Amino acid sequence: MVIGLEVHAQILTKSKLFSGASASFGAAPNTQVSPIDAGFPGMLPVINKLCIEKAVRTGLGLNAKINLYSVFERKNYFYPDLPQGYQISQYQHPIVGEGEIEIDLPDGSTKIIGIERLHVEQDAGKSLHDQHPSKSYVDLNRSGNPLMEIVSKPHMNSAEEAAAYVTKLRAIVRYLDTCDGNMDEGSMRCDVNVSVRKPGDKLGTRCEIKNVNSVRFVQQAIEYEARRQIEVIEGGGTIKQETRLFDTKNGTTRAMRSKEDAHDYRYFPDPDLLPLKLEQSFVDDIKKTLPELPDAKKKRFIDMGLSSYDASVLVAEKERAAFYEKVANNNDAKMAANWVTTELAGALNKAGKSLDESPVSAEQLSGLLKLIADDTISGKIAKDVFAAMFASGKDAAAIVEEKGLKQVTDTGAIEKIVDEVLAENPDKIAEYKSGKDKLFGFFVGQTLKKSGGKANPAIVNDLLKKKLSA
Amino acid sequence: MTKLTSLTIKEALDGLKKKEFTATELTEAHIKASEAAQHLNCYITETYDHARAQAKESDARYAKGEAKLLDGVPIAMKDLYCTEGIRTTAGSKILENFKPPYESTVSGNMFSDGAIMLGKANLDEFAMGSSNTTSAYGNVINPWQRKGDNKPLVPGGSSGGSAAAVAARIAMGATGTDTGGSIRQPAAFCGITGIKPTYGRCSRFGIIAFASSLDQAGPFARTVEDCALLLQSMAGYDPKDSTSVNRPVPEYFKSIGQSVKGLKVGVPKEYRVDGANPEITKLWDKGVDMMKAAGAEIVDVSLPHTKYALQTYYVIAPAECSSNLARYDGVRFGLRIDGKDLNDTYEATREAGFGKEVKRRILIGTYVLSAGYYDAYYNKARRVRKLIWQDFINAYEKCDVLLTPTAPTPAFAIGENEQDPVTMYLNDIFTVPASMAGMPGISLPVGLSADGLPLGLQLLGRPFDEETVFKAAGALEKAADFTHLPQSLQAKAA
Repeated sequence: MVIGLEVHAQILTKSKLFSGASASFGAAPNTQVSPIDAGFPGMLPVINKLCIEKAVRTGLGLNAKINLYSVFERKNYFYPDLPQGYQISQYQHPIVGEGEIEIDLPDGSTKIIGIERLHVEQDAGKSLHDQHPSKSYVDLNRSGNPLMEIVSKPHMNSAEEAAAYVTKLRAIVRYLDTCDGNMDEGSMRCDVNVSVRKPGDKLGTRCEIKNVNSVRFVQQAIEYEARRQIEVIEGGGTIKQETRLFDTKNGTTRAMRSKEDAHDYRYFPDPDLLPLKLEQSFVDDIKKTLPELPDAKKKRFIDMGLSSYDASVLVAEKERAAFYEKVANNNDAKMAANWVTTELAGALNKAGKSLDESPVSAEQLSGLLKLIADDTISGKIAKDVFAAMFASGKDAAAIVEEKGLKQVTDTGAIEKIVDEVLAENPDKIAEYKSGKDKLFGFFVGQTLKKSGGKANPAIVNDLLKKKLSA
Repeated sequence: MTKLTSLTIKEALDGLKKKEFTATELTEAHIKASEAAQHLNCYITETYDHARAQAKESDARYAKGEAKLLDGVPIAMKDLYCTEGIRTTAGSKILENFKPPYESTVSGNMFSDGAIMLGKANLDEFAMGSSNTTSAYGNVINPWQRKGDNKPLVPGGSSGGSAAAVAARIAMGATGTDTGGSIRQPAAFCGITGIKPTYGRCSRFGIIAFASSLDQAGPFARTVEDCALLLQSMAGYDPKDSTSVNRPVPEYFKSIGQSVKGLKVGVPKEYRVDGANPEITKLWDKGVDMMKAAGAEIVDVSLPHTKYALQTYYVIAPAECSSNLARYDGVRFGLRIDGKDLNDTYEATREAGFGKEVKRRILIGTYVLSAGYYDAYYNKARRVRKLIWQDFINAYEKCDVLLTPTAPTPAFAIGENEQDPVTMYLNDIFTVPASMAGMPGISLPVGLSADGLPLGLQLLGRPFDEETVFKAAGALEKAADFTHLPQSLQAKAA
């Protein structure tokens, strides 16, 4: 199975690619449309510089070559949601050339996927077919929105790899702040190219599945489509090159148009826009502002002592990584990772909340970990404190104070309890001394219990060892 | 003819300043003249009430001593310029009821400078034509007639209504657009002056596109100086047009009257075409002599790729037009003919909305851009275009301006040259090369043909060197001393 993806990512800007109209999502139909976006006579496009900056930024994030010379061309075809009768896109001279990213697979391994190119283009409007029994409506709010089309090389060989690619790409653009990556709002959409072949054979004929808008659907669509192609070939048929649609309801793909019906787009340089010439210094300045990207961050986390798995989980979302770093600040890195990925993630999951809705802030969680580190509370008590923090939103120290959970580290006080426990269980001492080593745990448990869980376990251990061996 | 309509813009501005007459009086005189010349069909939409309101405001500014560059000057606006709230048709049925919600930058500039709009001037449909006969609103009639022959003549095109209005003294000046000669050729046919500035000098924002890499706005007037005044108002950088150029606009009128002593005037040998009209050749020679007499130095130059200019133009311009006109689909504005489905609606709308010439160019343009023909036509044309541009750059190392005829013939009768499109296209043979190269060019009347029709010569200059073009044109205008009037005006004057 050979897979290549074309991902359309809406550039995160306030205004559209060629007009000053707002590019935000969710407004009432046709309320964010300038005469430029509606293709009115005499209207001219003017490039939004911020879009170019973000495209370059993305290119750098994909370790790709930035082309200082690029050209906007017109892709001509008729459709009611394409007001100008052409889409302004880049064709022969894209702004970003070849690059590569590393994807993380479920088994913990990684793979390099090549990027063919990234180009900037305007989005079309949206046809609404469900507003009227016999007519279609057109909403031009999206018309002219800035998109980056990121084309991968056909380097993926399974649905999982494709899913991992989309996930990684989304993480990168979010880290870069160049696209919000919200697939359900359509700010990231995928066209999936799938073909199958026997090992060693040359590439099979591919089919393109248009507008797949979630990672799960990408996976489903590929699985279905590959199976379909294999069935066709095994049944003695041949694959026709065509564009297909993914039906989210039943997880199948169906033919939309064949190669014979393909448009002749008659691309030519848009005479309303001069070729885009960038200065190397412009690119260098952007390079200086690049944040640490997921792969670099992951490597750093591993160097800090985290497992590859924990590091991957933490860096997958920019916000989670940032949260973790705040928690880990002056705390044990590994313990911080456990708390974020296990305790906090579990509690959030149970409460149906996302990380940014967490009742416990990163600073608060960090505070809790500090109390463990300085022996104010034990790890066991910490779990109870955390539950109270999650429920109330209060600081760990306040809860510890309030509930009197402060760990007892006063050796004298603990010794008193140990003595009490020993006095109460002379028979068990005898058994222990006769070789029943396992009973040591019993004494520890009893002591902790008697202290209300507040006795420092290490001191309890020490004292018991000393006294029982005396 | 009233006295007010025979004034130049410069004279009118002086008179207004001296309070010899008001903007309202000047405007009313032109409205009256326009009404009397209705048979010429210069306007698609008359905007007299709008003009009266503007005149009133202008008078108020004069009263307060706040008059602007063009305050109170009544002009015609080519109906390719979008005017806010005022019907703008591009000479096409497809925009019959289109009222733009925005103002073109150039018309806006002129209104800010106090110009008064009498009407939206007739033109070839979407500026595609050389005779104004492709307009969906009827052809414009040239105010000039051949001696002893009352056959109606074309005003040239595409800015035919603008040129005829200025020649007929129903507007003091007018705006045009020039894609392959659409200002210079009608200026020559109507015996007036018109300049196409350098590509990028005037904003194209709000001017309905024909061929975006060629379209350029420019003025018509009856003198070189008036053209300079109008262009000064029209020109300037516009951030809304990415192809407009950010450089200061000089005070062009200051170039006029300057000596051309030592100015190098190039005469390109390739413009001496086989079978040329001898009257045109004679006029050209006369122009060369006039420049020489004025102190200029004549230099023979060569523009070797001239012979490919027209063919190249008829690949590039239709290619761009086929894409530019895709937006007229009946979906959002303009004419819509409902069909049984979407494609049928597109076809019916465009079939009914576009005229023959527009359809022809859309077909040519679609063809030259289509897969399999792209390299042979469009790409080759782009390469040749670069060579044409290089010709000019090379020539300007030897000379400061070029002097050539504007059109191969004087105005022809309506219906002539219609037998095949190529004959019509040949009208632009002298104007197209400068358009392809983006160079500025002015046409001014220098003499009459044997049957009494005006003939023009063209001066081309370096990119953004309109000042030298105006200087040379001022000298040629003075030497030619063209004072002839169209026959209809002569009769009235007598």
